Amino acid sequence: MQGDFERHIQRMVELGAEAFPARLPADIDDADGLIIPGGESTTIGKLITQYGVDDAILRAHQAGKPIYGTCAGMIVLAKEISVGSEEKGGQRKLGLLDIRVARNAFGRQVDSFETMIDIPAITGNDGPPIHAVFIRAPIVESAGPAVNVLGRHAGNIVCVRQGTILGSSFHPELTTDDRVHRYFLSMIAER
Amino acid sequence: MATDEQKSTWRTKVGFAEQLKGGVIMDVVTPEHAVIAQEAGAAAVMALERVPADIRRDGGVARMSDPKLIKGIMAAVTIPVMAKARIGHFVEAQILEALGVDFVDESEVLTPADECFHIDKHKFKVPFVCGCRDLGEALRRIGEGAAMIRTKGEAGSGNVVEAVRHMRTVLAGVRKIVSLPEEELMTEAKNLGAPYELVVELHRTGKLPVPNFSAGGIATPADAALMRQLGAEAVFVGSGIFKSGDPKRRAKAIVAATTYFDKPDILAEISEDLGEPMVGIDIKTLSEQELLATRGW
Repeated sequence: MQGDFERHIQRMVELGAEAFPARLPADIDDADGLIIPGGESTTIGKLITQYGVDDAILRAHQAGKPIYGTCAGMIVLAKEISVGSEEKGGQRKLGLLDIRVARNAFGRQVDSFETMIDIPAITGNDGPPIHAVFIRAPIVESAGPAVNVLGRHAGNIVCVRQGTILGSSFHPELTTDDRVHRYFLSMIAER
Repeated sequence: MATDEQKSTWRTKVGFAEQLKGGVIMDVVTPEHAVIAQEAGAAAVMALERVPADIRRDGGVARMSDPKLIKGIMAAVTIPVMAKARIGHFVEAQILEALGVDFVDESEVLTPADECFHIDKHKFKVPFVCGCRDLGEALRRIGEGAAMIRTKGEAGSGNVVEAVRHMRTVLAGVRKIVSLPEEELMTEAKNLGAPYELVVELHRTGKLPVPNFSAGGIATPADAALMRQLGAEAVFVGSGIFKSGDPKRRAKAIVAATTYFDKPDILAEISEDLGEPMVGIDIKTLSEQELLATRGW
């Protein structure tokens, strides 16, 4: 739709998966899993309602297909947006991930940063931390009982999993660290 | 606790530009316009005092916008806000960075402040976008630290012909470098006036190291889709929206056209009944001094 889809596709292809951009419901019906990339969550939220992509995503979820949302993609998947959804008519939320997110919670672009984060569920207990890039990134303020918190940065929740849904505040596709994408592929393989 | 953060790195700057791909960045002159743009699905807005068509009409020196206006627009929307500084005017850029804008456009639409040198953009925390007409100009700007490139087109003209020319010229330059044998790269760098290292990198990767967007003269959904099919990764729309008869509808249609740029049946549907487009200018009727695209070195 809109956003950082190319880098995700490039990474998935590097990992030997077949990947393509999905812009219409039929594209999503064809896929085994779905990545909702970073971008502008208001833009993505509006575009998905235009030709029924929102319903196709809900269908994919009901069919058990894993979904990974990064940054804006995680916001679109969330049940509740606590900050930054003031625009008229609100923002389309899919409500699949039982979390409350705050948009742009680390500040504006000049506050964007990269860092290392421990995510044992993905790296194993002994693996080195994940290289994470945060860009005008959201924070998960609270997570429901069905949500596993996988990673935190400075005490804030930045990586979660609820069943077949994975979410991260940061962008693994902007680094050379491919472990988050490998983890998501393993979620698809487990289906 | 590991809280080792590296702020405003090259990766976060280019990474942010990546997030804007497939989107539309709209020129807005008031908070009300900014809200309309956000409602229509803009990926970002460019805060300006006058759209390029009015700058062209009014003449005189065009400068950075009043910080109060920029702050008003930043307060009105949650999407990223960009603002323009004059070519070479690093103090305007410092002010924009202090205001917290998300991207600075070192823009030929404003009157240049330096006729020899552009801003040293590596020195800033805020990322920069710069205009270009050909590959040499694109690589010089990237060498100076631009995290995004946009082909210039002819701003405020409502005529897409220059945008097409510049995009084709840049991409022809890329194809040429990819096809050259390595021993010819240094001479090609010399001929382009481009940093050798970036020419070598382009030869190796086959693409520009930063996102390449299109600007200047896009007035219709079909124009936006044309630039996307030609290879633009996102589009800037300036006067084309708020100088048209029905900005809300046109803005929404241009957003959809930028996403569904290669689906003619969808483009036909969204192009319908949009009201009057902005009145365009035949570029050939403009004198040399009236051209904005020739600013920048």
